[in-house]
Amino acid sequence: MDSILHYQQIASTLSMLMLFAAFALLINKRILSLINSFAIQSFLLALATFGQAFILHRYAIYFSALLTLTLKVILIPWFLRRLIFKLKIPKEIPQITHPFFTLFGALALVIFCYYIIAPINLFPSIAAKNIVVVAMTIILLGMLLMIIRSNAISHVIGFMVMENGLFFAALISTQGVPMIVELGVAFDLLVAVVLFGVFFFHIRSSIDSMDVDSLNRLREDTE
Amino acid sequence: MIAINLMLLIPLMGMLFFVFFGRLKISGAINILFSIATFIDSLFLAIHLLKNGPILCLGKQIYIDALSVILIVLTTFVSSTVAIFSSNYMRQNLDSGRITAKLLQLYYIMFQAFIGTVLLVYATNNIGLLWVAMEGATLATVLLVSLYRTPESIEAAWKYFILCIVGIALALFGTICIYFSSIKLPITADAAMLWTVLHQHAALLDPHVLTIGFVFLLVGYGTKVGLVPLHFWLPDAHSESPAPMSALLSGLLLNIGVYALIRFKMLIDPGLSNQLTNNMLLAFGFVSFLIAGFFIYRQKNIKRMFSYSSIEHMGLITFAFGLNTPLTSFIGLFYVIIHSLVKSAIFMSVGNVIQLVKNQNMDKIRGLIQLKPIVGWTLLFGLIAIAGFPPFGIFNSEFLLFIASTQKNILFSILLILGLLIAMAGLFKNLHPVLFGKNTDEELPTTKVCTLPSVLNLSIALYLGLHIPHVLMLLLNQATVAIAGGGITL
Repeated sequence: MDSILHYQQIASTLSMLMLFAAFALLINKRILSLINSFAIQSFLLALATFGQAFILHRYAIYFSALLTLTLKVILIPWFLRRLIFKLKIPKEIPQITHPFFTLFGALALVIFCYYIIAPINLFPSIAAKNIVVVAMTIILLGMLLMIIRSNAISHVIGFMVMENGLFFAALISTQGVPMIVELGVAFDLLVAVVLFGVFFFHIRSSIDSMDVDSLNRLREDTE
Repeated sequence: MIAINLMLLIPLMGMLFFVFFGRLKISGAINILFSIATFIDSLFLAIHLLKNGPILCLGKQIYIDALSVILIVLTTFVSSTVAIFSSNYMRQNLDSGRITAKLLQLYYIMFQAFIGTVLLVYATNNIGLLWVAMEGATLATVLLVSLYRTPESIEAAWKYFILCIVGIALALFGTICIYFSSIKLPITADAAMLWTVLHQHAALLDPHVLTIGFVFLLVGYGTKVGLVPLHFWLPDAHSESPAPMSALLSGLLLNIGVYALIRFKMLIDPGLSNQLTNNMLLAFGFVSFLIAGFFIYRQKNIKRMFSYSSIEHMGLITFAFGLNTPLTSFIGLFYVIIHSLVKSAIFMSVGNVIQLVKNQNMDKIRGLIQLKPIVGWTLLFGLIAIAGFPPFGIFNSEFLLFIASTQKNILFSILLILGLLIAMAGLFKNLHPVLFGKNTDEELPTTKVCTLPSVLNLSIALYLGLHIPHVLMLLLNQATVAIAGGGITL
């Protein structure tokens, strides 16, 4: 019982650090540190997953932690970095116009998630409830990142941050998902990243930049 | 049950075949063979289901009932006709240098992968696998949208990719919520993702978690259906992809979103004991229907116009399921079938038009009936069918939906008629000159076109509008009972 209590404290700390990483992602203006922040967040997720597996003695969760570690901490950040060097993408991305309001909005999202999750009484402990709130916030912050940035790489990172939040929520609320689903999701994620890479090449060659705001040829003709 | 294994294995084999031997001269014909084999197999499956009832197999991961089998047969049929069409169409694209042999190979690989994932969506019993297959269908089609590699098509594919994967990530959260809602029930963790198990315990699931789950599922899978305001990818992706791809997207891809929403609605309704799911489907569906109708009117691009028409019809289908009576659920299912047939037929004849005049802009196309009568008349009949004129099946669905909506609220009926009129006027205003206008070019094009698939689809839509065969009626009724808790007699 003691170890479970300890684990809850550790998991709460990790969840807060993950939330902090998500906030850092929002206002980051250098593309490499964007990728690093994402890798750190994924590493924290992998740690939390290992801890959970250790407490519950479930091999499926060990496997899930290993999957997170290889895919999101090592493979995907490496792949993105390689793409950036290969495509000679500028390392600086324009600062967002209203960092203050963005962070304020992000804070409002945290409170909103508390409001949504508060009435649910299925959680084993208060700590678990708090962690799920943080996980849900991370999902929404990933979406916010995709909305405020027009850079294609930020979109990929935003999507991956959403996935991190999803895995974290599933880990804490339901002790992960069945193995077959876990594998399917990981496979889809991998294919999605490869497709992102393909798209970077295409976008780069068609608009000569990574700013997807320049993708604006298709719109309604009004004349 | 061998038919089920085969149904999922044939597309997989087709995919692998094209990975290794995709550049043969006869790839198109082989693609047709694979598709028709899947179609015949799905017929066996339907017969088996009619005799023995719902099938649960492969460690309970596969569950096929009347609802899924209708959509499976529809999918395999439409994919076969589109395969016939695309054989000729893609060959001409290759000859004219619009695509390379490598891209053609990619097309055939992804064609089979797409069919396989769609069939898995309908066949799976696991709500997690449903999600995986749904994402797989997106990933399979995204490179086909940008097959022509023009800046426009890359933009369309990027929009499609980003919007759909974000939407579907939200749907995963919804799926986890549904999974979580059963945590206090005495079922094992692996069983709590199975649709059949959850459905048995549906009344005991936690209502608050179900509510959150449904909102995320509606936004997620609603993006796939193309419900307003989540529809922004749809017109771009449909108008920029190759014509057979547009036929597949509009005829098959949109249906899987509708299917997922219905499945989850069946799961969530008993636990909630309120009208939340119905009201949300009703509102989203009706708004999509009305807004898309206005957009049809102002389009210049012929494929873009028909993609707005897809949003309109998908809105009506969602609306029908939102009304949640046995009659409207029946109509919704029937509507899905007819819409798939007619819309894929239309996109294929639009493909023929593009083959002839090399243009998608409706201002530049004039006098099709004079230019090439068979293409012109097919498009005209498709137009009549999609605008909702009798004797095609869409008229029956819309007419019955009108009657059912009068029982709900008279305001719906008035707006429904108005919306249908606006959409019809928009379609005819735009297409009348295209079909009957005066063609100024003297020489007639000599391009060979393949109109058989669209004629085939349209004739079946016509037949179903006049008479629903006994077997189909039986299946539709079984599915209606499962969705709305009561059957109908026509």
